[in-house]
Amino acid sequence: MRWTRKHLLGLEGVEREEILAILDTAAKFREVLDRPVKKVPTLRGVTIVNLFFEASTRTRMSFELAEKRLSADTLNFSASTSSVKKGETLRDTAKNIEAMMVDMVVIRHSASGAPHFLTDHIDGSVINAGDGTHEHPTQALLDLFTIREALGDIEGRKVTILGDILHSRVARSNVWGLNALGAKVTLCGPSTFMPAEIERMGATVTTDLREATADADVVNILRIQQERLEGGFLPSLREYARLFGVDAARVAEMKPDVVIMHPGPINRGVELSADVADGDRSVILDQVTNGVAVRMAIIYLLSRVRAQERVEEPEILAEVGL
Amino acid sequence: MRKIILKGGRLIDPATRTDDYIDLLLANERVAKWGEGTPVDEDTLVIDVRGAVVSPGLVDMHVHLREPGREDEETIESGALAAAHGGITAVAAMPNTEPTIDTPAWVEYVRSRGTAIAVYPIAAITVGRGGKTLTEMAALAEAGAVAFSDDGSPVESATVMRRALEYASMVGRPIISHCEDLNLTGSGVMNEGFASTMAGLRPIPAAAEEVAVARDIILARTTGANLHIAHVSTRGSVELVRRAKEEGIAVTCETCPHYFTLTDDDVRTYATSTRVNPPLRSAADVSAIKVGLADGTIDAIASDHAPHSIEEKEVEFDAAPPGLIGTETLLPLTLTHLVESGTITLGRAVELMSTDPASILGIPHGSLAEGSRADVTVFDPDWAWEVSEDWFLSKSKNSPFIGRTLRGRAVLTISRGEIVFEEPGAAHRAGETHEEGEHHAAELSVHA
Ligand SMILES: [Zn+2]
Repeated sequence: MRWTRKHLLGLEGVEREEILAILDTAAKFREVLDRPVKKVPTLRGVTIVNLFFEASTRTRMSFELAEKRLSADTLNFSASTSSVKKGETLRDTAKNIEAMMVDMVVIRHSASGAPHFLTDHIDGSVINAGDGTHEHPTQALLDLFTIREALGDIEGRKVTILGDILHSRVARSNVWGLNALGAKVTLCGPSTFMPAEIERMGATVTTDLREATADADVVNILRIQQERLEGGFLPSLREYARLFGVDAARVAEMKPDVVIMHPGPINRGVELSADVADGDRSVILDQVTNGVAVRMAIIYLLSRVRAQERVEEPEILAEVGL
Repeated sequence: MRKIILKGGRLIDPATRTDDYIDLLLANERVAKWGEGTPVDEDTLVIDVRGAVVSPGLVDMHVHLREPGREDEETIESGALAAAHGGITAVAAMPNTEPTIDTPAWVEYVRSRGTAIAVYPIAAITVGRGGKTLTEMAALAEAGAVAFSDDGSPVESATVMRRALEYASMVGRPIISHCEDLNLTGSGVMNEGFASTMAGLRPIPAAAEEVAVARDIILARTTGANLHIAHVSTRGSVELVRRAKEEGIAVTCETCPHYFTLTDDDVRTYATSTRVNPPLRSAADVSAIKVGLADGTIDAIASDHAPHSIEEKEVEFDAAPPGLIGTETLLPLTLTHLVESGTITLGRAVELMSTDPASILGIPHGSLAEGSRADVTVFDPDWAWEVSEDWFLSKSKNSPFIGRTLRGRAVLTISRGEIVFEEPGAAHRAGETHEEGEHHAAELSVHA
């Protein structure tokens, strides 16, 4: 099946065949990354803007690298949403981008729906690099890629996502993607971190870590943010670690070949102990490498859709005598 | 002054328990006479309203007209014209303007704008809507305030609310409460449920409204005062009000068309026109609201007309101010989603949009009995039409209903015996060529 979408805003509603198209394409780019010369000329002449309204060194670097490996021209725009009046920047930025005739925009924003807002205002393709607590589709796709790499297949596998589900766009995108590929998803975390009716997304919900991880093939551990303490969601990080922290003792109670994942950056000693993060069950660094390949695949597939859209342009140019 | 005869229409007037084909004579700003046989002289305008419904002018007891302060979004004049366009002949304007309507001078300012329809000021409960000091309710009532409300935000202190109920009761005016527990709302922007989980937008639980409704009902019981609850939107609130009424507590309440037509699922597009407070709720809440409208738990349908500029609304969802425009779609949405679907009768619809809100506010509207004020709405209940942005007369266009097909709308609005709105092409003056109404069933024709 071919990829026919113009934008990647989320994994909700994205079908199995489409996800496989991305993962298969990513596998080819993953091979490129192992070559001595890691660059392909595929996207020469294509302009991509990385719009980061929320700080994220990792994701931005991963996208930039993917774009450079594809030989695209890239521009970076970073702005803190707190330093400017909320609302105005995005609209003005969108208008500027539209005027610059950019082909693709990668956007990270603290407001859920900000990428959707962009699609209403610009002509180019939009890639959601994380919006509020909505979705983070490229992270979920690289997680899927990494699971497939580690286990061979995703169908029927038991995947547990552990931690602050409420504030996690990674969790949401993972549930959609894992379900599309036939995995069995369990969500585990404190009851204050469970969003309303999340089970309707198609997941088992539990607050019991042991129950959630006993027969899991994959445990994907989310980052716990200090600021959640102020929101009254947690009494303390110590109490969190006591109930939900994953350390060697807990891993010993899991399947011997369990795959441990984390989207980073890790709060070592809170949600995950250092020895497990760096241990042999961990694929955390593979996730980082695979992230570049998966993002290359997404950019490549979206640019192909856009190129087809532009086939009519020569005729327009002919009309104006160029 | 010209007399008007409305001829051949279906007259629905719940105040007199009338639903029949009766002609209506309006003279000297009053409903002069029912029935046929009125001598037609040169000063009489005869309007053929066969196929249409003739009802008492609609009363919208909850609007935000933005004047003073945000005249770029709406003025009292433009808001009144938009209301007339929607078949409304009286509105009650909320005091959360800049500055707040909390002095007799500002009440008089709102009252004396001289608009096409009647604009009744609601004054604030507390000075500057600050939640601390009660306003001079006696002076405000004397100046023309029909009720008191800090709408836009709740009265947070239970003690202040208790005193307000006691004091307003002495003055003889209702308190209109915007029921919301701000701690439970937090930084929420949409209803808590599966939709908010999927959209990743910060949730507002139904409990944020219901906790406040429960508190105010208990305070109404304690004080014996008249409490009116604004924009009821959840199943739990409907249940609380139903029980309070059974107990004999003096509580009334309103809901708004968006709470029986839209759900939180409509927010998933991130369209900022769907951001409103209270937020659009679940399908189960919508069903409960409909039951409440049918069984009499809910007393009125009001628009909560809240104009916002494009600049303010064309932003990320959670940066957009809550509110949507509603006076012009109040009647069409009620007809489409409640009457057409069989939830309520036309008579009940008129009660909810005219008779009952008028009686809650104690204003001389909501009846077509002989001798009452000549405020009349003529509407075509069968006209199917599509809502478009340029159809609105409001200065703001923040409606989530643009693009929807609705059934029924006002074709003629008469305030104090004067035509303040008539659908172009629907009514025909003497001497004009009369074309068959192409787009709707009700055909109005006018003969001098
Ligand atoms: Zn309100």
